[in-house]
Amino acid sequence: MSDTVSTVALDRWIRSFALLVAENKDELTDLDAAIGDGDHGANMDRGMRAVVAALDSTTPTTASAMFNKVGMTLVSTVGGASGPLFGTFVLRVGASFGDTAEVSLAQLAAGLRAGLDGIVARGKAEAGDKTMYDALAPAVNALEAAASAGMEKAEALEAALTAAESGRDATTPMLALKGRASYLGERSIGHQDPGATTVALLIAAATRAPL
Amino acid sequence: MKKLINDPSNVVAEALHGIEAAHPDLLVDHQHKIIYRGDAPRRDKVGIISGGGSGHEPLHGGFVGLGMLDAACAGEVFTSPVPDQMLAATKLVDGGAGVLHVVKNYTGDVMNFEMAAEMAAAESGSQILSVVTDDDVAVQDSTWTAGRRGVGVTVLLEKIAGAAAEQGRKLEQVGDIARQVNANGRSMGLALTSCTVPAAGKPTFELGENEMELGVGIHGEPGRQRVPLAPAREIAEMLVEPVLADLPFTRGDNVIAFVNGLGGTPLIELYVMYNEVSRILRAHGVQVARSLVGSYITSLDMAGTSVTLLKVNDELLSLWDAPVKTPALRWSA
Repeated sequence: MSDTVSTVALDRWIRSFALLVAENKDELTDLDAAIGDGDHGANMDRGMRAVVAALDSTTPTTASAMFNKVGMTLVSTVGGASGPLFGTFVLRVGASFGDTAEVSLAQLAAGLRAGLDGIVARGKAEAGDKTMYDALAPAVNALEAAASAGMEKAEALEAALTAAESGRDATTPMLALKGRASYLGERSIGHQDPGATTVALLIAAATRAPL
Repeated sequence: MKKLINDPSNVVAEALHGIEAAHPDLLVDHQHKIIYRGDAPRRDKVGIISGGGSGHEPLHGGFVGLGMLDAACAGEVFTSPVPDQMLAATKLVDGGAGVLHVVKNYTGDVMNFEMAAEMAAAESGSQILSVVTDDDVAVQDSTWTAGRRGVGVTVLLEKIAGAAAEQGRKLEQVGDIARQVNANGRSMGLALTSCTVPAAGKPTFELGENEMELGVGIHGEPGRQRVPLAPAREIAEMLVEPVLADLPFTRGDNVIAFVNGLGGTPLIELYVMYNEVSRILRAHGVQVARSLVGSYITSLDMAGTSVTLLKVNDELLSLWDAPVKTPALRWSA
């Protein structure tokens, strides 16, 4: 396995994520019903189906074009808070990749970092707010560390997944400070954050694709 | 789930066809799910658009027409519309005097409208002003939450700002009026039952036969407190007292008193509620200048009510009284 990620592999990643979202649609919706408004699974599934259809109709040849297409499709189809947040994330990742047909592990990590910054700019979330940030930030940190330690790709993605999953699990005891869950105050404690759950699926999809 | 629907995934699209068929002076862009005035764009009139998740009807589509909104964007049920919709609506209603976006304070709505405003400014150079409503006193307003939710005041704001735009006032002035309405209005709601989102097919939350959710949101977001079922006179106190204390409204204030149904509550109960609300206001020396009783901002089939009070001066009152002709609110001078 080479240590770069091709556009073909990125395409596999996105499709694998769409499958995982479809498989976990009901779980995501149930998590959201507990502390939000119960539409997260359906919205993400609708968006990712549209993304797969868009990729089926034309296959972009560069990493940036592909992520731009995915991001715009998400912004146009998901709605809710997840549309602008996941959309902005993917658009920023794409912008960071540039016009290249493949990216290195370090570029992938830098791309995810840019996406994370985009989420912060759009959603104003911080660590510990009980949001998607709490799963994504540890994953990006882990991927950056793995890339600079010269870790092999598969191993690096596994490390990112472990970090994303513990980040996701850590949202359960948190008090929600952003989004609809924050209206619950203390009652948000004890529920896993749906956005963080979806982020863990996104990183899981990268290990499954495989990249 | 018992609902008058054909297919849960087609509810919004089919309802838009129904609105188009029922109201010939309105037009519907089915691709973007926009209801708009047949005479839009009106030259040199500030355009006003709003939008949000569906399931709150008549908000917002039922308020499109003379003296109120120029266009409304319908999202999926309880899901914010996407930026493409607000971008298209902004273009449809921009008659050169700029466009006011009326946004309820929900994370998704705010972000999608924000992206749309960025896109519209970049594409067409439209002048856009956004006003966010956040009148729900059930939510503690602090830096530790997403802020208060936009609820009943949105209806009153759309009417009053719509009248200001109809008079030919400039964008900044219409925006000032809108902000003034939001700043002087407060609301609180209560649910007797959950709502059922068509796509989910089951109630959003469980509520026992003898329980009520105090401070419920219009998407079935649980409130802050679950309380035992009580008579209307006590419910009115649970809702009106926190609203009065928050602004605060004081003796001699003039208000528009709005008792709203959440979708599954009959009008006769809303009038029982209004009777209690007016009694409490009288006891506090708050004068009801105008009233509105009915289901105007709903949560699908949820049984329950919300109370909104808006402190008004002569100007806001004359804008409230100005003619309006929409499917859900209409009166003449």
